Amino acid sequence: MRLYLAVTAGGFRRYATYGTATAAGVFTNTVFGFIVAYTYIALWDERPGLGGYDQAQALTFVWMSQSLLAAAALIGGGFQEELQERIRTGDIAVDLYRPADLQMWWLAADLGRAVFQLLGRGVVPLVAGALAFPLALPVDPLRWLLFLVSVLLALVVSFALRYMVGLAAFWLMDGSGINVMATVTSIFFSGMLLPLTVFPGGFGEFVRVLPWAAMLQVPMDVLLGEHAGAGGAAGALGFQAGWVLVLLGTGRLLQSAATRKVVVQGG
Amino acid sequence: MDAAPEGPGEGSRRGGPVREGLRGYRLIVAMWIRSTMTYRTSFVLTTVGQAAITLLDFVAIYLMFSHIDALGGFTLPEIALLYGSCSASLGLADLLLGNTDRVGARIRDGSLDTMLVRPVPVLAQVAADRFALRRLGRIGQGLGVMVWAVWSLDVDWTAGKVLLVPVMVIAGAGLFAAVMVTGAAFQFVAGDAAEVQNSFTYGGCTMLQYPPTVFAKDLLRGVTFVVPLAFVNWLPALYVLGRPDPLGLPGWVAFLSPLVAFVVFLPASLAWRAGVRSYRSTGS
Repeated sequence: MRLYLAVTAGGFRRYATYGTATAAGVFTNTVFGFIVAYTYIALWDERPGLGGYDQAQALTFVWMSQSLLAAAALIGGGFQEELQERIRTGDIAVDLYRPADLQMWWLAADLGRAVFQLLGRGVVPLVAGALAFPLALPVDPLRWLLFLVSVLLALVVSFALRYMVGLAAFWLMDGSGINVMATVTSIFFSGMLLPLTVFPGGFGEFVRVLPWAAMLQVPMDVLLGEHAGAGGAAGALGFQAGWVLVLLGTGRLLQSAATRKVVVQGG
Repeated sequence: MDAAPEGPGEGSRRGGPVREGLRGYRLIVAMWIRSTMTYRTSFVLTTVGQAAITLLDFVAIYLMFSHIDALGGFTLPEIALLYGSCSASLGLADLLLGNTDRVGARIRDGSLDTMLVRPVPVLAQVAADRFALRRLGRIGQGLGVMVWAVWSLDVDWTAGKVLLVPVMVIAGAGLFAAVMVTGAAFQFVAGDAAEVQNSFTYGGCTMLQYPPTVFAKDLLRGVTFVVPLAFVNWLPALYVLGRPDPLGLPGWVAFLSPLVAFVVFLPASLAWRAGVRSYRSTGS
């Protein structure tokens, strides 16, 4: 456990060194926040209460999404390309001989990255949004606590999916194709593009049970109080925890299948 | 657009560097295309993926229109015209010199030094760096949506309006290209700040795909008179659609896009030259 904590701290520090890039990212998230916020105002003016949100809730959705975007790697980014590079070059053989579990090692490092980006890239856009628009941020500390737990689960779900994308490099020579596809699905099915509650009919119901919903839509609904009562919150967090177990488990199976493929060449 | 990648500042005075720049650009691009084609499946996947990612923005708008009939007073085909034209413009600029945003990373790791000693203008090298043919995906889907828009729009087509559609796409690409070069020049000062550039290009395009009526007047003034992104597609498209500009500009400004693109390229290329001149190697 101490080892993994050290790896997490390392991941945090590593990203903390990119000062300019972080500032540039904050700027970008803020600019996009403004653009999307205006379009949502137009949309909710036309259809008040769309997706079960009032306008302030919709705007909160926009700005909080921008704050979580980098941490949850919703539009790409993260570790998977590095993992693929290590698989491609064969450095992965060294990793496999380490006295640490491969999946847990990368999870620890990715959580370190995510926590840094949550603080470094999350706070400023949200403050900017709150200053410029009326947001519906909760005052109840318990709601914030539930939200943070939900965000943590979202980060693990995001990791678990991207870990499998990274492992795909064992079978593909070049991971860029599958990386793009993974980004497409993540942008669309997480709620980043449009809250999943706005997706119409049966299609909407379908997208809300997919794992990507656990990466953004569910934390948002926890924050906005859409899951009323203890039962509602437990259901939301349970939904995320379920996907954590399934996805980490599948990743583990994939990992053992992949490592059986590894042939270490001497020299 | 051919004049874009080779450093117009140098090119406008002498013939040599232009030809040299274009030749260098062509060679580097050919090399990257060959290398891309080594992994053909990946190329197809990334091209399709690139088209899909950018098309998703339009899918989101389409989903919005399952709940509404007009957004900011604009119908779906009208927004499709805005979306498709700006997507195609950005795709074109991105294909031809999108990788200029890597200049910050190259400054940091010192590999810009190598480029400075080669007998090809640096801007041509930076623009062709890692030339990504997969960006045809974005251009293709943008043009596709635009064709659908033009087909389903109820517009009284005049010669001027017909002319304006292709001009809008190409001049728009020129404007985005100027923003990209300015952003790259800014990285000489700010270090690795590629994302700032992205907020003006990708962010700009996200904004331009919605009608101007959606946004606050101050923002509209900013993208008309400061960073003239409104000339990419808003002003020409408003003319085609026969709608007034929310800022009250006269209709003929719709035809100024090529001129504006040319004018903003001057400060962009000057900034780039100043950036290269001020460059101090990190020594690594």
